[in-house]
Amino acid sequence: MNIKQLALKEELFTGGHRLCSGCGAGIMARQALLAADTPVVVANATGCLEVATTIFPYTSWKVNWFHSAFENAAATCSGMEAAYRSFRRQGKIKDDIRFITFAGDGGTYDIGFQSLSGAVERGHRMLYICYNNEAYMNTGVQRSSATPRGAHTTTAPVGNLKAGKTQFRKDLTKIMAAHNMAYVAQAVVGHWNDFMTKVQKALAADGPTFINILQPCRLGWGYPPEITTELGRLAVETCIWPIYEVENSRYKINRRPKEKLPVEVFLKPQARFKHLFRPENAELLKSIQAEVDAGWEKLQKLEAAQV
Amino acid sequence: MTTATQKTLVAKTGNEAMSEAMRQINPDVVAAYPITPSTEIVQIFSQFAADGLVKTEFVPVESEHSAMSACIGASAAGARAMTATSSQGFALMWEMLYVAAGLRLPIVMSVVNRALSAPLNIHGDHSDTMGARDAGWIQIYSENSQEAYDNLIQAVRIAEDDRVKLPAMVMTDGFIISHCMEAIELLPDAEARKFIGEYRPERYLLDVKNPYTLGAVDLQDYYFEHRRQLAAAMERAALVITEVAADFKNNFGREYGFFESYKMSDAEIAIVAIGSACGTAKTVVDDLRTRGIKAGLLKIRVYRPFPWKEIVSAIKHLKAVAILDRADSANAFGPPLFSDITSALYLSGVRVPAVSYVYGLGGRDITPEHIEDVYEEISAVSKSGAAPAKLFNYVNLRE
Repeated sequence: MNIKQLALKEELFTGGHRLCSGCGAGIMARQALLAADTPVVVANATGCLEVATTIFPYTSWKVNWFHSAFENAAATCSGMEAAYRSFRRQGKIKDDIRFITFAGDGGTYDIGFQSLSGAVERGHRMLYICYNNEAYMNTGVQRSSATPRGAHTTTAPVGNLKAGKTQFRKDLTKIMAAHNMAYVAQAVVGHWNDFMTKVQKALAADGPTFINILQPCRLGWGYPPEITTELGRLAVETCIWPIYEVENSRYKINRRPKEKLPVEVFLKPQARFKHLFRPENAELLKSIQAEVDAGWEKLQKLEAAQV
Repeated sequence: MTTATQKTLVAKTGNEAMSEAMRQINPDVVAAYPITPSTEIVQIFSQFAADGLVKTEFVPVESEHSAMSACIGASAAGARAMTATSSQGFALMWEMLYVAAGLRLPIVMSVVNRALSAPLNIHGDHSDTMGARDAGWIQIYSENSQEAYDNLIQAVRIAEDDRVKLPAMVMTDGFIISHCMEAIELLPDAEARKFIGEYRPERYLLDVKNPYTLGAVDLQDYYFEHRRQLAAAMERAALVITEVAADFKNNFGREYGFFESYKMSDAEIAIVAIGSACGTAKTVVDDLRTRGIKAGLLKIRVYRPFPWKEIVSAIKHLKAVAILDRADSANAFGPPLFSDITSALYLSGVRVPAVSYVYGLGGRDITPEHIEDVYEEISAVSKSGAAPAKLFNYVNLRE
């Protein structure tokens, strides 16, 4: 992907929205739309991206954009895609349209999971992008099943008895890969070329596709706004969030760190993890490193296992 | 399946009649999930789709919440979208019912009325749709299969009218209508389709040359106006319902209004009710008339928009009225139809003694004898001129 050519393309996600300074969701949305070469219609779950970009009568979207509710973005998009199929068959529409659904981790891992799994099983041709900031940020940083172990959130707070979320997050990307879709990927805000290439691959596949993009949230994670993309890259270098793709069930790791950094490098700049560096939480911190190591090993085995 | 080319009398259950209407309506998208007793409607329809008899993209979703969500997506995309459900499925759609109305999407849904849990019960009453009476959907109830079929066809025209643009639901009573075979007249396909017409939305999301944002956040400075527009559309719907009914009568002969007045003009006592129980009530009225009792029946067809002035005009001359609800409100006051009608009477300055009867919950039978008892009780009220001894009553209930 050539950045000079990209600079000439029309921006379909415009500025002037009310996302926080340093928000990774806006970066993600802008890049996703820039990557598309055919007209797209967007479905958006309730969440930060929706509320901050479409305050009536304003909008940041220069494509057709639709929001109906929180837990049903995939089902809503499946209805639009069904209408498209019907119109194509009837000869009522000639345009070659692609469908993209955006939803946060709350709308994807938790409340919207049934809707997503159902839409994927039915085979609707849509790219579902989970902008994963690892908590319910729009309602004020509550824990989700994407929140990592040890993170402070407002519903799994650090207190006298507890040190943030006790559970590890669920591995949604692999759960989606188990749906045997044409294309599933993990990406991160901070590796733009990797993400946009993945969007293009996903949009080219004739069927449902899924990208889980880790999106640093300066408010919920507690870091200075200028390091959003750097933090995203650190998630990859520590193997906390490896970027990889599963194309027709074949795993491919897209970036293998030259030197795998300790998890502290990623955790330390973030206020949500600051309690992990107290002496009494040393074991907890170790368990996080162990989980990351095990996950990285497992992923490499999955990649190596294919013929 | 009947490919009707001329007016034909055929034997159909309520569910079969609904699916035949859907075949003629020929929606672009149907998204649905099975639930007793409405399952057959989409089951039969999915066969029509599999056989290529309709242009419909059939979306077999994984829940009713997704059924309504997919209908909303399809309708926003510019499609004519339909679904069918009952009871718990209807309840699961609840959140999205308000979204469909608020976004002014003319989705049409057939609802086979069934009791709500708990306790679990699969049989007919109106608890499900009565709860959504203020969701911004047009509500049309049917006494039998013929009405269900005619109502569904008219509902599409009403919902899609530019002056309305509201979703509409058409109801039948679970099992009593949905699974009961009756002789009904189907319209010839060509005539039905001509009557229904094409859906041509002004704006739609597959129009990629004219992009727009639908479903934006709408805060203190606009939300109120948008909700008022929704309420105004419901007010306008009344006229459109009348116009569509008039056109239906001109084309096909059968007459429909907001309600059916059965022997009401000289009636002294009357029952107001909704749905299949009205068929039973009519036989009781006939019987009472042979005995010189001036009984009548007002059968509500259109419940939302609520034709309150017309209802008052139809019942204001009565000496007593019994209002029958097949749903209870558990509010230590009164059930929905009773509350609405008594409010309308009060606002019109009309003092007709009114008595509430809740009947038939969970499919409990209501027989001619039960209805006759109701007429006898309000007859006593009409003669005494005094307020009824008991305002809130239950029919055929062990207490």
